Amino acid sequence: MKFSFSRTGAILRKEFLQLKRDRATAAMVILFPLMQLLLFGYAINNDPKHLDTAVLSKDNSIFARDFIVGMKNSEYFCVDQEVTSEKEGRKLLQEGKVHCVITIPEHFARDLVRGKRPMVLLEADATDPIAVAGAIGAAPRIGAESLAKDLKGALSLLRPAADPFTLCIHKVYNPEGLTRYNIIPGLIGVLLTLMGMMVTAISLTRERERGTMENMLSMPVTPLEVMVGKIVPYIMICYAQAAVIVIFAYFLFEIPVLGNWGLLALALLAFIICNVALGFAISTMVRNQMQSIQVTMLVFLPSMLLSGFMFPFRGMPLWAQAIGSSVPITYFIRIARGILLKGSTFWEIWTNLWPLLLFMCITAAAAVRLYKKTLD
Amino acid sequence: MSAPSYAIDVRDLSKTLEGRLVVNHVDVRVQRGKIYGFLGPNGSGKTTTIRMLCGLLTPDAGEGTCLGLDLRKDLEQIRLKVGYMTQKFSFWEDLTIEENLNFVASVFGMDTPKERVRSCMERFNLAARAHQLAGALSGGWKQRLALAACVLHEPELLLLDEPTAGVDPKARKEFWDEIRALAARGLTVLVSTHYMDEAERCDQILYVAYGNIMAEGTVEEILQQSGFSSLEDSFIYYVNQAMENQP
Ligand SMILES: Nc1ncnc2c1ncn2[C@@H]1O[C@H](COP(=O)(O)OP(=O)(O)OP(=O)(O)O)[C@@H](O)[C@H]1O
Ligand SMILES: [Mg+2]
Repeated sequence: MKFSFSRTGAILRKEFLQLKRDRATAAMVILFPLMQLLLFGYAINNDPKHLDTAVLSKDNSIFARDFIVGMKNSEYFCVDQEVTSEKEGRKLLQEGKVHCVITIPEHFARDLVRGKRPMVLLEADATDPIAVAGAIGAAPRIGAESLAKDLKGALSLLRPAADPFTLCIHKVYNPEGLTRYNIIPGLIGVLLTLMGMMVTAISLTRERERGTMENMLSMPVTPLEVMVGKIVPYIMICYAQAAVIVIFAYFLFEIPVLGNWGLLALALLAFIICNVALGFAISTMVRNQMQSIQVTMLVFLPSMLLSGFMFPFRGMPLWAQAIGSSVPITYFIRIARGILLKGSTFWEIWTNLWPLLLFMCITAAAAVRLYKKTLD
Repeated sequence: MSAPSYAIDVRDLSKTLEGRLVVNHVDVRVQRGKIYGFLGPNGSGKTTTIRMLCGLLTPDAGEGTCLGLDLRKDLEQIRLKVGYMTQKFSFWEDLTIEENLNFVASVFGMDTPKERVRSCMERFNLAARAHQLAGALSGGWKQRLALAACVLHEPELLLLDEPTAGVDPKARKEFWDEIRALAARGLTVLVSTHYMDEAERCDQILYVAYGNIMAEGTVEEILQQSGFSSLEDSFIYYVNQAMENQP
């Protein structure tokens, strides 16, 4: 039987009608990306301030006290705890009770006055590097300014030569750090992978569970028509979700879109088709909705973890890189990052676009191939 | 292709599901324009047989034709000409009656789908409920919708799998009047049922048990063969016989 647009249209219409009545899915489609974006928004938001900070002061001079006051007055540090030992400070950091520990060394005042540039230690919990990045950046300036008023008169000669002290910054737990903008491309990738696969797989297994698949199979429709009719609505949904994220990220968090919107739309299309086709293929191999969710998760978790979204790709062991290279999201994130943040052109993203297109063809073909025309 | 006098003519049909022989080398012949009753205890393979006849299951063995079309090769043609009503209601519960029928009409590529759907709804008294969601219908109305949907494309052969299960007597009578009317127009009907009074309304009866055809013929023939005066007794007799023959 030849591909028929009118039959495909009939399936499409049916899907849209069903989607229209499916409030839960509709709500999920809009709220899910928004919620995620807002949750991540805290991290994306320019400059997190008021970080809980503990101070370990081994010097009780006016300089040390002014230094601490200066830190307090800045909006970055909320110095609300004093500790008496390194161990205690480390414990607070470990338990997540504070984000930063500032240690002022013994003889701070003496060394300062002698021009020996004493070493102040700022330990920052960089498990969430974005949260502390702003504070770390601002710390040297804050320190210098808070001491400025003390270093007057005879001591003013200490001022011009660079900072009167050295600030040693230790990012603990995650020294590499992620760039904040990285989150948006990653978020789009992760969300579309999950939604694209799951919603499509569920939609088909639901038909099987409810018995409507038997009806559909007894009608003259071809696998390709079913696939097109089934996945086009979900492609549109995924587009809508990507749009929600990009638009909100653009207006709320001032994430730039430097590259070409058309190019972004193209990459999105290829990526979305990969995922919904994968969802379609999954649905042909499972018996019920529960199983389809489980299999989706089985694909989703490595996709999320090994795509370079969570951990820097180059930092992963080779076997993990190999797995990461075999999921479409890895390429999509690189493309989206390039287009959104670096303004990449078509040829600049090509190295990552062709694997994505290849994935698209393979998954779509697999989906049509795996679709069973009988109940066997 | 010679004009086949049989709407269904299959031989040696077999199907094993999950290691169990569910349909055991069955021959089915159904004459055109007649109503065939398909009776058998639960799990005897009625649904499985019907599914094989309309191409929803691939037979492990056996061959034959449905409306003169090869059961293995011409599935697409068969689907266009057969109306299959599933045992379990299988229309979309989140679509209205009209939307369900519209879907069927466009999938079968009808010329004037709107007209067809409207006249079909009128014939089956569904017009007043056209905009009601199928999921909100009572059992009897669901069956009515399912029957309407499977005759919408004017098939030549109807395969009805327990179409009247759970339907009240009055609605059941109307249902059978409708089936009779369809048969009078030349449609062939194979209908599975557990109701003996429905069996009596059929032109021909097929008893099946544990995957084997136990008896076939008109009501009179069956009664004569078995030597009982009621169909029910003959049914039980044949089922018992089948059980004895079970290995
Ligand atoms: N998909 C399947 N997988 C495995 N076994 C199946 C499947 N479908 C049916 N069976 C088994 O095949 C046998 C015949 O089932 P079938 O549904 O054909 O019987 P039936 O005559 O229609 O019964 P009923 O009158 O209860 O509808 C049953 O024992 C059933 O358990
Ligand atoms: Mg059955």
